Amino acid sequence: MRLLTHNMLSCNIKGVSNGFPLRLEAEKWVEKEVELNADFLRGIFPKIEWKALAGAARALGYNELPDEADASMLDADDFLRRFHHALLELHVEEGALVCPETGRRFPINKGIPNMLLHEDEV
Amino acid sequence: MKLKQVEGLLGTLQQFSNPKVELEQYPTGPHIASRLLYMAESTFGDISGKVVADFGCGCGTLGIASALLGAEHVISIDIDSQALEIASENAADLELDIDFICCDIKNLGWRGQLVNTVVMNPPFGTRKKGSDMGFLTIALKVASEAVYSLHKTTTRDHVKRTALRDCNAKSAEVLCELKFDVPQLYKFHKKKEVDIAVDLWRFVP
Repeated sequence: MRLLTHNMLSCNIKGVSNGFPLRLEAEKWVEKEVELNADFLRGIFPKIEWKALAGAARALGYNELPDEADASMLDADDFLRRFHHALLELHVEEGALVCPETGRRFPINKGIPNMLLHEDEV
Repeated sequence: MKLKQVEGLLGTLQQFSNPKVELEQYPTGPHIASRLLYMAESTFGDISGKVVADFGCGCGTLGIASALLGAEHVISIDIDSQALEIASENAADLELDIDFICCDIKNLGWRGQLVNTVVMNPPFGTRKKGSDMGFLTIALKVASEAVYSLHKTTTRDHVKRTALRDCNAKSAEVLCELKFDVPQLYKFHKKKEVDIAVDLWRFVP
């Protein structure tokens, strides 16, 4: 699971008012290089919750993202590379996503988060 | 990548070893899948460089086809963890990076509108009435630019009404009619193989 996916998922348990961001507990992750697409990064930047991305990256030991970011930073190649790396090149293999309100854990096995809800959570 | 190459690669994918009838698991054939994605990319530019989600991905065919045609990020979702295991092996065999999520489409929580395009071959709603329209309703909420979906030709008027009236889609257009070959998968199938007419739709949310 890439951190881009983490940035767009929220906990949907009945009664939870703010299920985002899911806390990332990572036990195992891998890096896979992929070509950088600057247009894509510039286009998606305004839709990214930056704090959630930076926090998730830190959970994977990647501390190269600033705490805050604004669109002017997209002109710097160095920033684009870091943003690209965090968003698309880090893959969580084993761990869990944890609901910020209820603490419910959604396990991640072989890279696949299990977001199935129990009957009483729907 | 050419249409024939996409179709050829999709033909190598592993399919359901133990299809579950209650989920209406039918493989999306390479012919139909390659045409769906090729049209989405070459006519409308909805795939390359986009975030694409495959709803009810099964063994992964449509998401894999999206990745082959240059989608920047693909999220494929299915309720069945066994199907996802096959899908994930299929993606790995072709060295494609696809994110899989195990969830019921109707229960997944989304933050923001990061998905540009949804592609899907939803359950046709023959076992569980309304499941096809349930998928469509959610797809039209999640996608910001376009939804591609297959529905039985016999339901054309109903699909159009649901999309335009109930889901406030800006447009709902049948791109072409295709033959969906249903192999003899389940015990209640009396014939070896049947073709059913399906419409390939493009919706704009």
